[in-house]
Amino acid sequence: MTAPKARSVTTTVNGVRATRTVETRLLLCDFLRHELDLTGTRVGCEHGACGACTVLLDGLPVRSCLTLAVQADGHAITTVEGLAASDGTLHPLQAAFRETHALQCGYCTAGILMTLVAFLAEHPTPNEAEVRAALSGNLCRCTGYQHMVDAVLLAAPRLAGK
Amino acid sequence: METRYVGAPVTRNEDARLLTGRALFIDDVKLGNLLHAAVLRSPLAHARIRAIDTSAARARAGVVGIFTAADLGAMCKPGPVVVRPPPLDGVTFNARTQMPLVKDTVRHVGEPIALVVATSRYVAEDALDDIEVDYEALPVAADLEASARADAPRVHDDLADNVAAHVRQTIGDYAAAARNAARIIKRRFSYDHGCSSPIETRGVVAAWDAKADRLTVWDTTQAPVFLRNGLAGVFGFSERQVRVVAPFIGGGFGPKIMMFYPEEILIPWAAIKLGRPVKWIEDRAEHFVATTHERGQIHDAEVALAADGRILGVKDVFLHDTGAYDPYGLTVPINSQCTLLGPYVVPTYDSTFTAVFTHKPIVTPYRGAGRQHGVFVIERLLDIGARELGLDRAEIRRRNFIPPDAFPYDNKIIYQDFAPLRYDSGNYAPLLDKLLDAIGYEKFVRTEQPALRAQGRHVGIGVVCYVEGTGIGPYEGAKVQVQTSGRVSLATGVGTQGQGHYTSFAQLVADRLGVAVGDVDVVTGDTDQFYWGAGTFASRGAVVAGNAVDQAAGLVRAKILRVAAEHFECAEVDLVLGDGAVAIAGVPERTITLAALAGIANPMRGAVALGTEPGLEATSYFGPPSGATANGAHAMIVEVDPETMMIKILKYVVAHDCGTVINPLIVAGQIQGGVAQGIGNAFYEQLVFDDQAQLLNGTLADYLLPTALEVPRLEQVDTVTPSPLNPLGIKGVGEAGAIPVGALFAQALEDALELPRRGIELNEIPLSPNRLWELARGEG
Amino acid sequence: MKPAPFDYWTPESLEHALALKAEHGDAARWLAGGQSLLPAMNLRLARPGILIDLNPLSGLDGLTVGDAGVARIGALVRYRALERDAGIARHQTLLAEAVPHVAHPQIRNRGTLCGNLAHADPASELPAVMLALGARLQARSIRGERWIDAQDFFVDLFTTALAPDELLAAVELPAPPPRSGGAFLEVARRRGDYAMMAVAAVIELAPDGSCTAARLAYGNAGPSARRAPAAEQALVGRRIDDAALREAAALAERAVDPPGSVHASPAFQRHLAGVLTRRAVATAVARVS
Ligand SMILES: Cc1cc2nc3c(=O)[nH]c(=O)nc-3n(C[C@H](O)[C@H](O)[C@H](O)COP(=O)(O)OP(=O)(O)OC[C@H]3O[C@@H](n4cnc5c(N)ncnc54)[C@H](O)[C@@H]3O)c2cc1C
Ligand code: FES
Ligand code: FES
Repeated sequence: MTAPKARSVTTTVNGVRATRTVETRLLLCDFLRHELDLTGTRVGCEHGACGACTVLLDGLPVRSCLTLAVQADGHAITTVEGLAASDGTLHPLQAAFRETHALQCGYCTAGILMTLVAFLAEHPTPNEAEVRAALSGNLCRCTGYQHMVDAVLLAAPRLAGK
Repeated sequence: METRYVGAPVTRNEDARLLTGRALFIDDVKLGNLLHAAVLRSPLAHARIRAIDTSAARARAGVVGIFTAADLGAMCKPGPVVVRPPPLDGVTFNARTQMPLVKDTVRHVGEPIALVVATSRYVAEDALDDIEVDYEALPVAADLEASARADAPRVHDDLADNVAAHVRQTIGDYAAAARNAARIIKRRFSYDHGCSSPIETRGVVAAWDAKADRLTVWDTTQAPVFLRNGLAGVFGFSERQVRVVAPFIGGGFGPKIMMFYPEEILIPWAAIKLGRPVKWIEDRAEHFVATTHERGQIHDAEVALAADGRILGVKDVFLHDTGAYDPYGLTVPINSQCTLLGPYVVPTYDSTFTAVFTHKPIVTPYRGAGRQHGVFVIERLLDIGARELGLDRAEIRRRNFIPPDAFPYDNKIIYQDFAPLRYDSGNYAPLLDKLLDAIGYEKFVRTEQPALRAQGRHVGIGVVCYVEGTGIGPYEGAKVQVQTSGRVSLATGVGTQGQGHYTSFAQLVADRLGVAVGDVDVVTGDTDQFYWGAGTFASRGAVVAGNAVDQAAGLVRAKILRVAAEHFECAEVDLVLGDGAVAIAGVPERTITLAALAGIANPMRGAVALGTEPGLEATSYFGPPSGATANGAHAMIVEVDPETMMIKILKYVVAHDCGTVINPLIVAGQIQGGVAQGIGNAFYEQLVFDDQAQLLNGTLADYLLPTALEVPRLEQVDTVTPSPLNPLGIKGVGEAGAIPVGALFAQALEDALELPRRGIELNEIPLSPNRLWELARGEG
Repeated sequence: MKPAPFDYWTPESLEHALALKAEHGDAARWLAGGQSLLPAMNLRLARPGILIDLNPLSGLDGLTVGDAGVARIGALVRYRALERDAGIARHQTLLAEAVPHVAHPQIRNRGTLCGNLAHADPASELPAVMLALGARLQARSIRGERWIDAQDFFVDLFTTALAPDELLAAVELPAPPPRSGGAFLEVARRRGDYAMMAVAAVIELAPDGSCTAARLAYGNAGPSARRAPAAEQALVGRRIDDAALREAAALAERAVDPPGSVHASPAFQRHLAGVLTRRAVATAVARVS
């Protein structure tokens, strides 16, 4: 008896169900980007170190480069494409990123937004040190992080006030 | 004209796309029938290839093509020298450039040996494992100093030794000056840089349309126009047959301007050969050896000082590791040589460098591009000089500043742009005062530090200064066009990697044409949209392209006024531009939108006056006579745990002068990002090679980029000394944050640990807890 | 950086999982959090032919802390759960102190304690914590179950006492002894990195303040986590004053056998072992309750 090297995967991504048959070794990041064409999730290292590929798996931020697509079967995924409202209104954290100039090349941004959205849900009134600790699993080579910290501190009360 | 946007902290046009994941980066390019490539790379630094067996790989399902040097035929030839050496007397320069695929001798780990094209990247990587290469290992030149010796293994057999270049530049008679010195400080300094590690690696996608006879290449390049011209030459096409698109790029910092990376030839070649589009995305493991680095220099330097601390002269002899090839000429070591002079009057200078080939990946500019090496040497020499002469660190710098009435100031040596190193403008002392004030220098040194030391805490302060040559030529251009929708489009040839060009350029246009920043659509990095340009390097985007944009927008403005004046049958001086329309001043009901004017300017029927050019459109080019010199100073208070050597930055202030500022948000971001990279360079990042030139830490788990916990909150203060060399008065800012951080760390950590009292100096970068511990114990 | 092909199993039950592992032995690997296995597979440093995914199995994520403080941690208990568990925070403070030093939040959302211990990375913090706490580890296979003392579990670099057919099914941490205190300290280049040196210390004091027992364990101190028996002995039977701390630190420096890395030479690692021993023991003593 051998297990097949391809499998059917059914996931709910940003609220939409999707079924695909994929190779068992396909990484979740590649599944999202190339099978589902949700290219907002970025890939920077494929060994868990940069955080660019962070998505929410059942609401929790995880590295999509260290998760197999087949492991997402039956689970819910949220990617950066799922943050803004359907009419295009930016999520308050996205808006704050824009206001504070918290992104330059924007390549790290999706992973950072997904990390911080979950962080703010658990820590609605963080201080700077907590924000920095929450950011420590995401590398950004452009910004020096300061404006990101500002963005979180700006967005937190707005989100809490909602 | 009232200025509304230039100088204002305008939020960015490009952000909405980037924040929602809609921006197109290289790996997002999706084409029908797309194939995926992977590159087999040498595991050895120096070896002869005896045989390559690709038969197993060819047999693997999903493999479409496997190519080695033999398959490339005439295409397999060395790449161009991107930057020729400046015309200096007595220069030695041995140009040796990389091949698309290695023919017989491998010269660094990671050099490409074969290209695999398959139906997926997964399969392509499987096939890499199938290929067998028979290598004959050869002796390796790894260490910089050892490689410079005559008996070292040679990197290029046809040369007598490993000398890639030898350059001497002098000002006046150093030896004579030294005879009059009260003190001569002489030391050895070593400075290792690192790799730029953008979070997005490189990538190339190529599609050949046989029916249209056109090649389209998407490439993470900082210089799309240059690449198009190069590719046309390589493939024997007209430039019109080649389109290069640099999409959104996830950080560049220098190495993405190199040309040709082997893949930039191989992927288009394979797409043409196979008649199907091919994509190659560099992975992180490849990035560490296949994208260029910037690495070590060793300086034997001395400064001759008068008793009052004035510099009488500097002498410097240094080695520069250029890696296995030198396609980027002398840019990096010449930057070191020139930037060493800093904001100081250096009446005599005798500087000689030898660039050395080693069996390591190629060295080309990475943010700072050799400037930090030079800054490190002069700043350390001044620190030591101050100590030996009993002067304050800030004071010795102040005494040596070029006075404000001495500009333009000619250093009488040649810079990387082949022009004499002439500083356009500057006013250094007020900026230093602002910095000292902001960090609280006097109070810290006099009261806080002694009090903290009495409590057993190890806190130190550092203060360093630098200049940054920016905005060099040759030129950039821009085309501004008012569309019949009323939106304005702007195209330039520079690529953009996060510097905010979509916004800062739009601000310039918006002010000229009286439209909102959001109504200006900027296109950068697509050679079909703009034909000419040089690229984004040396902090030149805002300076050179920015001025071209401003000029082009000014021409369009003139045309708008002319057409509107005809339309209203009034004088141009009576017209005002604003809110996307032109009105007769004081007669608001006589208004016409730019959209309508654009229609009028492009009549579809009827006759026009001879010489009329259609449309509200203009193209303009700008080339500065020479670079604009920005300057700045950094200060930091740091605490060290003297047992673990872990550090904590308590306060960090940057003072900078980059002339006119288009967008202070963007400038602040550039400085913060630069400092973060500087901190990485100073204390976290080091490419560690063993004696076989194997990189020992080629992952992001071991090559340590600073995180939000290592980079402190910065305070920024500034002064504005506009550049007289361009109409906008802009100086570049791209590298300012990164340049002086190594010198700052050495000074502040030395101070914190009170090392000079024990005769110990920190004359090398990068440092680390381990290295600090060794040095503090006196283990040189 | 894409993994080589493999067969992927989602077993229907623990029994099924154990049967598969018994059938395939070393050719098959358990997939827990994947936070060590998948990076290695992406880099093609690991090429298991078969993966048996534990994640779909129910009943492996049990985390209980009894009133006395005995903790039982199942194979699928993720770091995240440990960080948020009130019982762990109250009774197993050493573990609670150590876990946030492991990697980053996103990785702790997936990674498991058992996966970490089974991986036996010599640079990890947690094997040392297990040694200091005197943990017991439960191995299960179709042959049955057995308990292994932490002291015997970590055999060598990436090597444990588990047999090819075994699963590390749970970890049991004893209740902290009365009048004891613990401390975990590490020095890492950046937060979340593997430590250059890590120490876990548990100290027990008699009512008169003299030390009755000491357990000092080190991460990144040799081919596997190790204790420093001589340093422990130097503390027992006396009041822990500066002289005792210094003596223990000097002995700890000799007890470790660090491998060195691009970040730290063996000499620096040894030095850190001494510094951290002094600090951790002092902190543990101050925490005795
Ligand atoms: C960027 C990054 C930083 C990290 N930093 C640290 C750090 O600082 N300190 C640290 O300790 N770790 C660190 N890790 C590793 C992390 O802690 C892993 O989660 C952990 O080592 C392995 O747990 P896992 O559940 O993810 O196991 P997996 O990756 O799923 O498995 C690891 C190995 O153990 C085997 N295995 C898993 N579960 C069992 C079981 N129950 N029984 C038998 N065998 C099993 C697997 O077959 C595999 O061989 C880091 C990881 C990353 C990506
Ligand atoms: S791509 Fe997943 S962490 Fe870097
Ligand atoms: S904005 Fe470029 S990597 Fe973060």
